Amino acid sequence: MDLVTPDVGLLFWTVISFFVLLFLLRKFAWKPIVGTVNDRETSIREALESAEKARLEMQNLTADNERILKEARVERETMLKEAREIKAKMISDAKDEAQTQANKMIEQAQIAIASEKKSAMAELKNHVAGLSVDIAEKMVREELSNKDKQLKLVENMLGEAKLN
Amino acid sequence: MQINTFKTLLLGLLLSLSFVVKANESIEEKSDEKDFNVTDMIMHHIKDAHDFHIMDWDGHAISFPLPVILWTNDGLVTFMSSEFHHNDDGTIVVEKGGQKFIKFHEEIYYANDEADHGSYVSFDPEHHPTNVAPLDFSITKLVFSMFMSMILLLLIFGFSARAYNRSENGVPTGIAKFTEPLIVFIRDEVAIPNIGEKHYKRFLPFLLTLFFFIWINNIMGLIPFFPFSGNLSGNIAFTGVLALITFIITTFVANKDYWKHIFWMPGVPVPMKLFLAPIEFMGIFIKPISLMIRLFANISAGHIIVLSLISLIFIAKSIWIAPASVIFSVFISVIEVLVVAIQAYIFTMLTALYIGSAMEEHEHEH
Amino acid sequence: MSLALLQEAVSYVPFAAIGAGLAAIGAGIGIGKIGGSAMEAMARQPEMQGKLQGSAIVLIAFVEAVALFAVVVSLIAK
Repeated sequence: MDLVTPDVGLLFWTVISFFVLLFLLRKFAWKPIVGTVNDRETSIREALESAEKARLEMQNLTADNERILKEARVERETMLKEAREIKAKMISDAKDEAQTQANKMIEQAQIAIASEKKSAMAELKNHVAGLSVDIAEKMVREELSNKDKQLKLVENMLGEAKLN
Repeated sequence: MQINTFKTLLLGLLLSLSFVVKANESIEEKSDEKDFNVTDMIMHHIKDAHDFHIMDWDGHAISFPLPVILWTNDGLVTFMSSEFHHNDDGTIVVEKGGQKFIKFHEEIYYANDEADHGSYVSFDPEHHPTNVAPLDFSITKLVFSMFMSMILLLLIFGFSARAYNRSENGVPTGIAKFTEPLIVFIRDEVAIPNIGEKHYKRFLPFLLTLFFFIWINNIMGLIPFFPFSGNLSGNIAFTGVLALITFIITTFVANKDYWKHIFWMPGVPVPMKLFLAPIEFMGIFIKPISLMIRLFANISAGHIIVLSLISLIFIAKSIWIAPASVIFSVFISVIEVLVVAIQAYIFTMLTALYIGSAMEEHEHEH
Repeated sequence: MSLALLQEAVSYVPFAAIGAGLAAIGAGIGIGKIGGSAMEAMARQPEMQGKLQGSAIVLIAFVEAVALFAVVVSLIAK
């Protein structure tokens, strides 16, 4: 029974001690300690957040770089393709030009050859005609200078010119 | 971890050895009475005292006198407890301010005018003194150890707070390395989960003070030599005050929902409401009373068990029982080191829980 | 046996101690059940260990309080 009967004195001193302790510790211990711990936690959280932000930014930057690189690659590709096309076109154009030129030249040459040939043939014909007249003249002269021969010829001719 | 266990065991061993020494001293004192009364010895140890008994030497008690402060019919009277010359059965009268006082079983009474068999106390049939007692505000052994614990707490946490000032980036140094995890534990495991993120800041200083005050007093009670060894947290007045503070806070911060849940429980039929109201109403008082009794009984029980185990030697009147006695009391002391921490935690935890339940906001109607 | 003798005999029975002992049995069973269930739950969900430990300790405190009430009643009745 004694054990569970509180003493007035101890009650009184406990109340006083507890509140004095609460006041002193609150002012000189809990406030600075909990404040510092909270501040530290806030700063750690902020640091982590900013690190995360930086990481995201870095990621964005890398993504940007990659995109730019990709675009550049595509551009280069198209440029190369265009250049190749232009080259091919130029070559084919040149070829065509050359072809037509050549064709034209060949044609002209043919025309020239034909006309030359014609004139050459005409000249040759004239020349041959003159030559043959000369030859014929000389032969006729020769043939006709001898009587026998004239007769023989007449005969031959007559023989040939049998009534057919 | 292993080193810790070893240290704890060593500490426990030292503690219980000191208990042996202490118990030995007690037997010497009583040896002239021939009969060693275990219950009396234990009760004497558990209860408060007006002087701080350090040890007995050569048959004389050596003790630390403490001031006696009495609020009598004629005002305040103070004197040192040494004026009673260790007398505890009401045979020595101290006369101060025209009034006569005697001390009987660590209570101070007005002395009778005439001595009866040398004693100035008169008794009722159940052997309780019938003398009138003045209001006793003495600095007793327990009040003294409470002041000790206050000074210790102020030193520990004052230095902890200083330790933060020294380091520029808020990293704990020195003793703060030890105290910070405890403070953070109370904040993160006790205050925030039970009271909630919104209100916990208001009660954190109270909870921290409560936890460390109880814990340090528990620990000081386990140390069995002079400036410690008071059974303060095993005294119902101490636990009663702490429980009363919890009760007052709970009652004052309680919101409408809390009272509604007590007197008119929503969501149950009317007969049930009528049935629940008195139970819930009693619960308001039973909660702090259970807090008070839990701490008081646990700590007292710890002291009683350790002392009983030591007393086995004197009950059996044989030295051969001593090894078993020592081993068991070491074991119990080690468990007590754990129990006192758990009890401080539970007291704080339940206080936070009660405060939290008083402030809880129910978003939905049941 | 006379009534007076019986009364004398009864007065020696430590009823308060018996009451405290009975309360201890009850609390023992209660705490044992809480401890057992807590261990089982921890074994089933080791990641919840911290939470389970905390609530087990609080629950044990509640059960223990009942036994301590009985002890205090015994102290008063003595």
